[in-house]
Amino acid sequence: MIPGTFEYHAPSTVDEAIRLLGEYRDEAKLLAGGHSLLPMMKLRFAEPGHLIDLNRVQALKGIREQGGMIHIGAMTTENELIASELLRKKCPLIPEAARLIADPQVRNCGTIGGDIAHGDPGNDHPAIMLATEASFVLRGRGGERVVPADGFFLGTYSTELKADEILTEIRVASVPAGTGYAYCKLKRKTGDFATAAAAVQLQLDGKTCKKIVIALTNAGPTALKAKEAAAVLTGKTVDDKLIEQAAQKAMAICDPAEDLRGDREYKTHMAGEMTRRAIRQALARAQGK
Amino acid sequence: MAKKPISFMLNGRKVETLVEPRELLIHVIREQLNQTGSHIGCETSHCGACTVDLNGRSVKSCTVLAVQAEGGTVLTVEGLPKNGTLHPLQEAFTQEHGLQCGYCTPGMLVRAYRFLQENPNPTEEQIRFGMSGNLCRCTGYMNIVKAVQSAAKKMQAAGGK
Repeated sequence: MIPGTFEYHAPSTVDEAIRLLGEYRDEAKLLAGGHSLLPMMKLRFAEPGHLIDLNRVQALKGIREQGGMIHIGAMTTENELIASELLRKKCPLIPEAARLIADPQVRNCGTIGGDIAHGDPGNDHPAIMLATEASFVLRGRGGERVVPADGFFLGTYSTELKADEILTEIRVASVPAGTGYAYCKLKRKTGDFATAAAAVQLQLDGKTCKKIVIALTNAGPTALKAKEAAAVLTGKTVDDKLIEQAAQKAMAICDPAEDLRGDREYKTHMAGEMTRRAIRQALARAQGK
Repeated sequence: MAKKPISFMLNGRKVETLVEPRELLIHVIREQLNQTGSHIGCETSHCGACTVDLNGRSVKSCTVLAVQAEGGTVLTVEGLPKNGTLHPLQEAFTQEHGLQCGYCTPGMLVRAYRFLQENPNPTEEQIRFGMSGNLCRCTGYMNIVKAVQSAAKKMQAAGGK
């Protein structure tokens, strides 16, 4: 099984990559970690005439802090996210999720930017990006724009990214001390996509839930932000009854596709259960337990 | 499609060859460079039989293009023995019965090699997490875990070699 024929380009700068993308437009595909695109090319689900490999663009790698924000280069690999001391301290939800993605070898190739830009609702970073209220830097020939994660995911394999743009950077706020977080993912085996998963990030003010964001993976055509579920808990002292109400609200927005991981009813129930678990774990962490 | 010349270090030796951009690293290593130790299992980046070390990181070479290895450093199971002596990991897999049919073994060994470079003194749980990208359908993994533990001890005693 090998991909169809294509011309290979390995630019070393973002500008060069954008120029190539502008030149070949619909015929071109960007290659990040390759663990979604190359399998699709082997199966002829994708047959780009030009492959633009971003792996030699050093400017797209690395994690740094700038003015209270964490800037993550789009070509930063999953294993680099896991190893980042900065992320562990300032945005621990991201490395927590990265540990649950694929396996060690795949995490050496797979990148946060590729995971986001692919637009697959089974990928984990989209829900994490919604939960952390991240924003994305998109660069094209006309310049740069910064868009929020909320609204970026339009449908399965469809995002706000235009054909001549590159996702160059992910920006997330450093979380205040005492922020609770959790990513609960049900998967059948190592390397599998989520049957369902829930991401939660919350802040307490004493016993009151000051703020909470809940997002779901693989529970619909895109990652879903469970706004009504969050509204149930905001401004309240979270107890089992409210967690149950929030889980029901989360299940109400689920619209999963049936596949070998389960039918729609089962997946919706699992999304509810992952939501309960993620809220409980995030709450316990916020309480320092 | 025109072939591209590529060159990289393979098991300490510089190799040069011509490849189509669509050719996968595993195919070029096996069929053009005749290093058939690395196996092709699933060809879908699940099983880990094709695991090689590329620029100091474990990768599944069925999901890497050969052109991406240009200028890089590749290690396969053929590069593990030194001066005709098996690597401590290879010794340990033999001693602990870490293989039965042997199909997954080259990938297991190359992955375990890199894993122990990253974490020379791992717990059993860390071994299982670190080796989770390699499937074995014979052993049930018990003896593979033991072999990695045993090699880790020997390599520590010998100063991490």
